[in-house]
Amino acid sequence: MFFKLAVKSLLNRKGSVVLTLMAMTVSIFVLLAVEHIRHQAKASFTNTVSGVDLIVGARTGSLNLLLYSVFRIGSPTNNIAWRSFETIASNKQVKWAIPITLGDSHKGYRVMGTTQNYFKFFSYGNKHKLNFSNGEAFEGLFDVVLGADVAKQLGYTLGDKIVLSHGIAATSFSRHDDKPFTIVGILSPTGTPVDQTLHVSLEGIEAIHINWQQGVKIPGANTNIEESKLSELQPTSITAFMLGLKSRIATFHVQRQINNYPQEPMLAILPGVALSELWQMMGLLEKILLCIAILVFIAALLGLSAMLLSSIRDRKHEIQLLRIVGAPSYFLFFLIELEALLITSLSIVLAVCFLAISLVTAENFFTQLGLHISYNIFSKSTLYFLAIIIVTQTVAAAIPALSAFARARHA
Amino acid sequence: MTIQLHNIHFAYPETSDKQVLNIANWSVSSEEQVFVHGPSGCGKSTLLNILSGMLKPAKGEVSILNERLDKMSQRQRDRFRANHIGYVFQQFNLIPYLDAVENIQLAHNFSQYKYEKSKGDGSLEGEFKELLTQLNVSAEDWHKPAAKLSIGQQQRVAIARALINKPKLLIADEPTSSLDQDNRDNFMTMLMRLVSDNNITLVFVSHDMALSQYFKRVDALLDINQPGSQN
Repeated sequence: MFFKLAVKSLLNRKGSVVLTLMAMTVSIFVLLAVEHIRHQAKASFTNTVSGVDLIVGARTGSLNLLLYSVFRIGSPTNNIAWRSFETIASNKQVKWAIPITLGDSHKGYRVMGTTQNYFKFFSYGNKHKLNFSNGEAFEGLFDVVLGADVAKQLGYTLGDKIVLSHGIAATSFSRHDDKPFTIVGILSPTGTPVDQTLHVSLEGIEAIHINWQQGVKIPGANTNIEESKLSELQPTSITAFMLGLKSRIATFHVQRQINNYPQEPMLAILPGVALSELWQMMGLLEKILLCIAILVFIAALLGLSAMLLSSIRDRKHEIQLLRIVGAPSYFLFFLIELEALLITSLSIVLAVCFLAISLVTAENFFTQLGLHISYNIFSKSTLYFLAIIIVTQTVAAAIPALSAFARARHA
Repeated sequence: MTIQLHNIHFAYPETSDKQVLNIANWSVSSEEQVFVHGPSGCGKSTLLNILSGMLKPAKGEVSILNERLDKMSQRQRDRFRANHIGYVFQQFNLIPYLDAVENIQLAHNFSQYKYEKSKGDGSLEGEFKELLTQLNVSAEDWHKPAAKLSIGQQQRVAIARALINKPKLLIADEPTSSLDQDNRDNFMTMLMRLVSDNNITLVFVSHDMALSQYFKRVDALLDINQPGSQN
């Protein structure tokens, strides 16, 4: 009966209740969305690379190096000489080395030149190696391996031929259309920028740039090369490289050696350290977002409280009537609290539904950012937030509830 | 005795120097029906609030059904009211968004009978409906929101609501003042019949002297209540 009374009373005031419900739903949606995405983003972010001890590039800021080598964001400042790579890769502390060359793209997706070591040694998340959902690593000069999203978004399958563009713009006018690549492998989804990348061999990158200068094809120049020469293609420079060491203890030693490498100015970074540095920068933004979400929620709570408070003035007779049939004063207190709880609970249900729908719809957007956002909204932290929402709404509803209680006492 | 008032003094805390009630002695015996009349502002509502236990006098003894209301806590008085006292207002007797049956159910919920009946044969609904039928509320109106009923119907449902817990005392505060002549006569006939059938004590307050014809005992509030006088 108590429950029925609260429900019917709310239904009787549909107009203001629905508006309050909407305000609460929007605010809880924002709060849960920010909370969910910031956790997922952090997890996804710190999972982008693992098992790599050092990332080495031309001397620049460590964040810049991390961004272009791992996240494919921004442009490298300079290349490093192949000779330097070979010297360091042959260091007896080094277990494996993965050279990478960036600078070309395909329909807005970055192309990365590398070696087969990449598929063998690169890992992400909890030391997951890259897996092929289809095909295998590149063998030939014009073979390409696609990240999961590239294949999905562009609808490519094994055996398709694609043309790379020079530069990283989504629409490029200088295309390497004389040398198409054949898709030989498609990687399984990783939830990292790997999904957004096309992988070719370093030699392939060299081959398509033969007789190019300053980023353009020289008109009339013969860019065709004979097959025999292909095997002799040797990159002269690369963008960066990743190192795995035999012993983690040697990391700082090798890092210092690279940073002090006399022949060329280079920078070696520990990906874990750089990632957390980067996340600290993002952390401020994340905190501001959360702060705004909390303020929006408080505003909605005050709205709820105000709506209930003004309803009590209109329900003077109702309160008097309940009292005369024997309802104790505290009954009125709990009635108002229950009404608030009903509105909040319904708002939570609606907000969770909207959030789930939004996450599904915005999936493409997130993957383009290289973020892997899980649909499981009910993480420990969101449940914690839901509990806080319930508690704070109880506190906020205490204002009108106490007013109803006071009226009931003096009815 | 159903009601015994002795040496009652009451003033509202906001205007503590203005005495509202000063009743030396007033009593109503069991199954008696009393018509109390008086001009507005002579302490009518205050007296009824004291009888129903909503208010507590500053001084004096309030004995209802041989229980001392002035010695009870507020919670005890609430419970006592739910179990033993029926009350019909001038208007706003029903929760507007609940239907007739739900309104009666609500009143039933606060009484101790709730627990006794709910164990029974589930004829509770039947009892509500019998009462409503007796009061000439037709079946098609039972599940309409109270706000959709006519004033006459609302007041009759109000009697049902007030009587559902089988109170020994029924207090009616100008229950007919919003009714037209026909409805009023209709209402009074039903009320008086139900009250005498169920052996209920009735305190009926009105300024409409025409209604006094239904009562054997007629009291003027001005005779009962003499604020300002010393005793």
